[in-house]
Amino acid sequence: MSMSFVSTNQPAFDAAMGDAEARRRLAAGIALAIVVGLACGLATGSTGFAPRDFWADLNGNDAALLLGQIRAPRTLGAALVGALLGLSGAIAQGVFRNPLADPYLLGSAAGAGLGVVLVLAAAALGGATISLATVAWIERVGIVTAAFVGALAGVSLTLTLASGAVHTLRLLLAGVVIGVLLGAVSDLITVVSPDALRGKQAFMLGSTGFLGWNALALMLAGLTLLLVLAQRHARALDALTLGEDSATSLGLNLGKVRLALVLMLSLGTALAVSQAGLVAFVGLVAPHLVRRRAPGTHAWLLVASAGMGAAILLWADVISRALIAPEELPVGVVTAVLGGSYLVWLLKQRTAS
Amino acid sequence: MLRLLLWLHLALVPSWTAAQPIQIRDDRGTEHRLAAPPQRIVTMLPSLTETAWVLGVDSRLVGVDRYSNWPAEVAKLPHLGGLDDAQIEAIAALKPDLILASTSSRAMERLEALGFSVVRLKSESHADVRRTLDLVARLLGNPDEGARVWARLAREIDAAAGRVPASLRGRRVYFEIGGGPYAAGTTSFIGETLARLGLANIAPPDLGPFPKLNPEYVVRAKPDLIMGVQREQSALMARPGWNALAAVRERRLCGFETPQYEMLIRPGPRMGEAAGLLADCLARLGTTATR
Repeated sequence: MSMSFVSTNQPAFDAAMGDAEARRRLAAGIALAIVVGLACGLATGSTGFAPRDFWADLNGNDAALLLGQIRAPRTLGAALVGALLGLSGAIAQGVFRNPLADPYLLGSAAGAGLGVVLVLAAAALGGATISLATVAWIERVGIVTAAFVGALAGVSLTLTLASGAVHTLRLLLAGVVIGVLLGAVSDLITVVSPDALRGKQAFMLGSTGFLGWNALALMLAGLTLLLVLAQRHARALDALTLGEDSATSLGLNLGKVRLALVLMLSLGTALAVSQAGLVAFVGLVAPHLVRRRAPGTHAWLLVASAGMGAAILLWADVISRALIAPEELPVGVVTAVLGGSYLVWLLKQRTAS
Repeated sequence: MLRLLLWLHLALVPSWTAAQPIQIRDDRGTEHRLAAPPQRIVTMLPSLTETAWVLGVDSRLVGVDRYSNWPAEVAKLPHLGGLDDAQIEAIAALKPDLILASTSSRAMERLEALGFSVVRLKSESHADVRRTLDLVARLLGNPDEGARVWARLAREIDAAAGRVPASLRGRRVYFEIGGGPYAAGTTSFIGETLARLGLANIAPPDLGPFPKLNPEYVVRAKPDLIMGVQREQSALMARPGWNALAAVRERRLCGFETPQYEMLIRPGPRMGEAAGLLADCLARLGTTATR
């Protein structure tokens, strides 16, 4: 992904210019990246990135089908999934006061994975472990619902194990434990039913290929709701950055606020993951990029991270569709390569200075 | 005296012929020399289990891998894990004088180091099935059986091809593997079978055996038939834009339950039966086809 629209920073220069100016620039940059990303997404079909073909497609007989039913929703959907992940990542890093926090930490990813594997392996498990009526019911539920329910169930288990969200360290530890356990259960199921493996892998690596207008409406409603809710808690997140004692002395009910925030980031993650699979790294890298370019209060950070996440996933999605067309790379592989390279570069910079 | 000589001759000659050393080269280029046909055989791949079975391994088969599920008789045998998590101790304890395994299996290197003779065979295509039949038949000490079974399979596939309705010959098929959507390409095992039945594939050969296709590509290609796992078939309508496909609208779909689906994609001696399954579905579609 080219981030060249952001000046390859000199922190001193930014500070001199003032953070407000930096934020304005970044907001403009993100907006531009999203617009260009959407345009490129619309111009990337099964022949790869081909703006010339786009006009032919638009005037062809199948325009409503190919562009209207498949390409437009998946392109817009990539932006929404990215925004949900970016927002959830920003909330997670605020709650844990840790720049390495990731929305998948609290057992939601493993829970979603287990839900998907259960649906895929239901037929193979039928008769032996579960009744055939249950199999029929599980298969009717479908992968999307199973992933959503699984993600929320994973987080609920984590919260139960940590007895609420008062202690962040306990919460993180519980998240890791639940993640390992649920992951082990889904691995066990794939041993019993090897034909669930390919579907599980496709889910683990993420894909925007199945996003339709219904999914978009759902995600847009979720994103709007979460943005409003998160903005209301922005001041609480700011107070948290000062430390727990300061936050308590400011009259913050830590347990309650954290629980609300954890539920928000879980809902955002569950929505994104159920529609597009476990897309890696966006939730981790988007808030980082924003903080590095244009630090500010959480009121800014939350919205900007959502925008940054949208831009990142849009571009990653275009790359995943264009690189080996008509085949596709799993979009999670592309985000992992982009995000990983960025973090490597960041570390090199840090050690050099 | 003459009678005694005759008796000696009768007693000794068969044992000479039976003790002909067997010499084969496996798919990794390793030369194997066996003094006599093996009596304790372990197979570590479902298609190899099936191959050995149709060639008359019978009671000489003492263990199979986790996924071998045909014929029903193998259910009673010890199951010894999968490709990469084979139970090395359990296999060694069976003291097999021959292990049949795939070329890509890490655990087998340990068994080779322990001094077991492990024959490594590739099974991904029709040609592989033919070569493997021949090789395993020679290992089992009935060298002509391989060609006989292969001839039977060829007859079965031809018979299946003959049952494909004329209206469906040359039609373009999209065969889906798992979610993804992954297509079974022209060069995959099932792709070869479809070609033998006179069907065309929407995935060109240069995309390799299992390309993960852009869904737009499938919709644009307008396949005449869609095949895959039964579970996925019901969800096809719900995929963005797929309800525009004539094959989906007119239900020109072949969905297979897991056991049948396994038979279809398993490169082994049930490929004739698998071709028959495909022909059954095509015949069904041919009679209901609204043209």
